[in-house]
Parts: sequence; C-alpha cells; structure tokens
Amino acid sequence: MSVVSLADVAPHHVAPGRGGGGPASTRIVVAYGFWIFLLSDIILFAGLFAAYAVLSGNAAGGPTGRELFDLRTAFIETMCLLVSSYTAGLGILSIEKQRPDLFYVFAGLTFLLGAAFLFIEISEFAGMIREGAGPSKSGFLSAFFTLVGTHGAHVTAGLLWLVYMTAQVFVKGLRSHVRQRLLCFSLFWHALDIVWVGVFTLVYLMGGR
Amino acid sequence: MDGDDILHLHDRTPGVRHDEPTADFLTYTAGLVFAVVLTIMSFAVAGTSLLWGPGIPVGLIVLAFAQIGVHLVFFLHMGTGPDHTNNIIALAFGMLICFLVITGSIWIMANLNNNMMQMPMR
Repeated sequence: MSVVSLADVAPHHVAPGRGGGGPASTRIVVAYGFWIFLLSDIILFAGLFAAYAVLSGNAAGGPTGRELFDLRTAFIETMCLLVSSYTAGLGILSIEKQRPDLFYVFAGLTFLLGAAFLFIEISEFAGMIREGAGPSKSGFLSAFFTLVGTHGAHVTAGLLWLVYMTAQVFVKGLRSHVRQRLLCFSLFWHALDIVWVGVFTLVYLMGGR
Repeated sequence: MDGDDILHLHDRTPGVRHDEPTADFLTYTAGLVFAVVLTIMSFAVAGTSLLWGPGIPVGLIVLAFAQIGVHLVFFLHMGTGPDHTNNIIALAFGMLICFLVITGSIWIMANLNNNMMQMPMR
C-alpha cells in the first residue's frame, strides 16, 4: 500500500480548484464560508423585500412614498455607500501591498462615508416620525422601516466591525488571520452595498416617483 | 524569500501564501465608474418624463441587476476561475431562493387580494 501525500501530487504554488490539486488555501475556504453567510443574509433581506413589495400599496390613508421620499437625499446616501465600498476595497488592497499607513487612511474614509450614510438615514427616519409617518401608521410604513432599518442596522454593525478591525491592525499588525478578517469585512461591506442597490431601486425610485 | 517573508513566517496559517493578489487598483476604479454611471442612469430614468411611464419600472429593474453584476465582478471578484466554482454555485442557489421568496410572495398575495370577498364596510 503506497501513501501519496498531497504535496507529491501538486506543488503548493499551483492554484488547486475543485479539490484536484489538494485542499484549497485557507483564504479561499474562509472567503467561501463567509460568502455562504452573506448569501443567507441576502435571503433574509429577500424576505423583507417581499414583505415591502406586498405591503407597499397599503398606505391606510396615510402618506405614500411619493409624498415622503426625497430622491436627492436617496442619491446622496447611495453615493456615500458606493464610494465607501470603493475605499474599503482600496483598504484591502493596501493591506495586500503591506501598507498599513494607507490602510488607516482608507479605513477612515470608509468609516466617515458609512457614518454619513447612517446620519442621513437616521435624520430621514426622525423627520418621518416627526411628521406622524412612523412605523405604526400603515402596513407600507411598517415594511419600509423594517427593510431600511435592518439595512441600517447592518451598516452600524459594519462600522463597529471596521473600528474593531482597525484596532486589530494597529495592535497585532498584518498577520494572516487579521488579513482574513479584513477580507471578510470587505465582503460584508460590499454585500451591504448590493442590498442597498435593491433598496434604492425598489423603495425610493419605484415608490418615490 | 526576502526578509519580510521570514518576519511573517511564524504567524501564517498553513496554505496561505504571501503574494496572493485578489485585485488591483484598476479593477476597483473601473467598478466604481460603472456603478456610478448605472446609479446616475437609474435616478435619471426615475426622474424623467420623456420615457413611457409603464416601462420605467422594467428599466429600473434591468439597471439594478446590471449594477449588482458590476458589484459582484469588480468588488466581490466573482470570476470564472476554478477557485470560484463553489462561490458561483452558492450564489446561483442564493439567487434561486431569493427569486422564489420574492416572486412567490407577490404572486400569492396578489391572488389573495383578487379573491378577497368585498367587505360591506364601504
């Protein structure tokens, strides 16, 4: 009986793929596992999107989306999140280039843009509740606050995670497990932007027209 | 093996190499440009009165899917390489579930609304 080790079959520097050349690298496995989580999160949002699509016509005599939504605000929010996604990607790039100094700059930009997004969203919510268009007003508004609020909660969690990861880079340096966590953070942040594309199209553009 | 590599040797998980690039600056910048263009197009389509009204939601949905595609390729680096096969299969399954949940809900609730007995209130 002969035992053939994986190292004999394929050298380590060959990209394996489909298990052919031995186990995939840790980075690929970690990213895959996190990708599965992100997809389950997107399915959660699919449920909320479905609820909104079903309830969006039920204004119960209260204000409708056309009266409530300001497309200019939604556009600014969209741009904040989009550019923050870009700076998060550049942050990961500077980690790969072993440039923690650049990473701090991009992490700061990402945080500022994410916080600006969150600030605009919260002031929008506060304004709606002040006008008497709170989540208890109608089925439409319940679905709106649940969908957009859940996305906002995810952004808040992402901002906290970003602060935590920046502290880890500062304290621990660019170790491989810190880099993997940063990769997961960037995947999370990009996935939030994908969900936001659905939100601004379905809620703001279709409802606020 | 340079000095930097030796420095990081002790805190590396097995299987991870130092020089595995995922993307470059150009990929992210191209993604940003495409996404910004698609976003501006979406908002322009929604705000215009030049287009035929009932067609606008269809156009918005197409633009949204295009932008999601841009995000997947340029930001999440979904590719056709062998390392991406599992990611793509998982994505396809996730999209199937999302499609079933959203269209199924809309379809069933529209049916219920149609078949609802008229209440004598109004």
